[in-house]
Amino acid sequence: MISIRKLGKRRGDVRTLSGVSAEIGAGEVVAIVGESGCGKTTLLRCLNGLETFDEGAATIAGFELDPGLRSLSEPDLIRLRGAVGFAFQEHHLFPHLTAEENVSLSPRVVKHVPAREARERAQELLRAVGLAERAGAYPHQLSGGQRQRVALARALAQDPKVLLLDEPTSALDPETAEGVARTILDVTAGRVTVVLVTHQISLAHRMAGRVLRLEGGALAELPTPTDTR
Amino acid sequence: MSRKVRVVKLRALAAFTVACVAGPARADTLSAARARGELVFGADAQGGEPFVFEDPNDPRRKLIGFEVDIADALAADVGVRARFSQADWSTLVPSLERGDFDVAMNGLEDTPSRRARILLTLPYFSFGETLAVKRGDGRKSLDALAGGRIGTLNQSFADDLLRGRGFEPVLYEGVSEPYADLALGRISGVLLDHVIADRYGCVRPDVDCVRDDVARGTYAIGVRHGDEALVARLNEALGRLRRSGTLERILEKWKLWDFRQVELSHRLETGAATAPPPPSAVSRAWSFADTRLFLAGALVTLALSTAAFALALPLGLGLALCRLGRRGPLRAFAVTYIELFRGTPLLLQLYVLYFGLAPVFRLPPWAAAVLALAMNYGAYEAEIHRGALLAVPSGQGEAARALGLTRFQALRHVLLPQSFRIALPSMTNDFVALLKDSSLVSVITVVELTKRMTIAAVDLRGWLVPGLACAALYFAMSYPLSRLAARLEGALRRDQHPEAR
Repeated sequence: MISIRKLGKRRGDVRTLSGVSAEIGAGEVVAIVGESGCGKTTLLRCLNGLETFDEGAATIAGFELDPGLRSLSEPDLIRLRGAVGFAFQEHHLFPHLTAEENVSLSPRVVKHVPAREARERAQELLRAVGLAERAGAYPHQLSGGQRQRVALARALAQDPKVLLLDEPTSALDPETAEGVARTILDVTAGRVTVVLVTHQISLAHRMAGRVLRLEGGALAELPTPTDTR
Repeated sequence: MSRKVRVVKLRALAAFTVACVAGPARADTLSAARARGELVFGADAQGGEPFVFEDPNDPRRKLIGFEVDIADALAADVGVRARFSQADWSTLVPSLERGDFDVAMNGLEDTPSRRARILLTLPYFSFGETLAVKRGDGRKSLDALAGGRIGTLNQSFADDLLRGRGFEPVLYEGVSEPYADLALGRISGVLLDHVIADRYGCVRPDVDCVRDDVARGTYAIGVRHGDEALVARLNEALGRLRRSGTLERILEKWKLWDFRQVELSHRLETGAATAPPPPSAVSRAWSFADTRLFLAGALVTLALSTAAFALALPLGLGLALCRLGRRGPLRAFAVTYIELFRGTPLLLQLYVLYFGLAPVFRLPPWAAAVLALAMNYGAYEAEIHRGALLAVPSGQGEAARALGLTRFQALRHVLLPQSFRIALPSMTNDFVALLKDSSLVSVITVVELTKRMTIAAVDLRGWLVPGLACAALYFAMSYPLSRLAARLEGALRRDQHPEAR
């Protein structure tokens, strides 16, 4: 589902990524860990075209990414984003829209799903993340964990094949974080390939089948806790 | 008679203020002038040739003109020097009353309304009202033009005369514009003093001037009430200048001595009536008709402003997006447009659009007014929306893009709904400013609220009542707007800040 081949990126003179490679199969849940500032978020952003890279190549959900995204047209990019959901660390919910409107916006606008259908689907997704009764609330009326879950529902609303999650639980207390993590696994349940970035190794091990560590600009596989035992 | 471009709004306001604060005149100006050794004449150097104007050949731009020569001769007769004091033509009388100068001498026509307010000396010049029509037009009299649109200058003798004859004059602020509009067919005739008509109208190849004067009038020197001694002394001096031939020499020098002056001299010698027959329009009190006209003027102001703002808004948004966009040429265009329209006066833009571009495309006055206001305010709106769009957190656009929205969809569904809330207070502010700036369009003959006020002020011989009525109407339009915007703002913000109601 995802193939990353010797991906490299420079910011000025600093190499943020160098020779990153990984193969991730369909339905896998993979966590990428590493120190803050090691390039985890950058790698994730490169995978759905929010940022470009300088060397190497990547294939994601059938889309070929090349340096500078030169081979990808604007419509391709939009299709890519339809297939690859993304949830931000700071959630970036739209403050002028209710939870339900946040979730239904993209299906309605991008995929032209009729308004009623989009609304029903949004309610379904909000129910799945445990927020059925908060559908009419605006982001400022929700708690941090609730916002994170709305962002998750929003990323899932387009039925993506791949879900990219950037620190989905970082702003949350341990209990809430646990709840959000469980929700993620429940709603994706082997149907969606999940790549999540986190600095909490314990969470990574609990959620992901495989954990990769990004260090010095390159990826290395971490042994699972069962292997070390 | 006014002879130049006047910024109605500013001057009307100035006159209004002056009228409100006018203090008592100083006692016995003549003795004071003698003691000082100079008599101060109030005039407007912008009036232009041949009245009082700056000598283009003099490096220090000394003031010259036939009125300068007459003033010098009069002062010499009294035994003092003449000094000119600059004043706006439309505020000459209030400035005189305030005591800014000793006498006003700048093409002041002898009219009943002026006589009611200040003292006037004997006339020093006789003028005729010249009717001009488009070349080839067979209608050579006011009667033949009945019902037509006749142009003249605001607050002029001809303005009074036309309204006395049942016309609703099209009022201009400058001397060449009425003739330009006549040639373009926007109006069917122009009635102005022969001094102006000879210089600005009859010389045009596309304009015919009717030979016989429609009416006659005279210019006299304005003096404050209570200065009867000064009037007597100036009349004595004027008589001497006339008898000695000095006046004739001065007017001859400026090519102004003609049959009209000869007739005036004769009339003065034979002791015939010194005042010309009153042109018409006598002073009256505020009436129901005024209320109706003011309301109609307010409606014009509101309609103009609303239409202009409705155009300025999308224009400004478009410019803001061009300026924020990635395409270099569009960005350069937006920056140039904004700087150009923000950096030049709206008044100038109105003139260029209405008069300057008339040979290329001929817009009706209201269309030119709406367009000029919209283009000017579009530049301001552009900056408001640019600032507001920049104030939306960058993560919002990124989140929209990550959801697969196109740039346009992100703008339409995510960025603009948020930036609009940010822009709303400034937009309201801009609309209120536009409402007031719309008074400038009177220079292209649109009669809106402020223009209605200046017209009424002449009829009612005072600025106070029409000024207050005008101010009340502007306030009545802008205040509810501010309230509405405040409520709208509260409603829009409720989804973000629950405490802001």
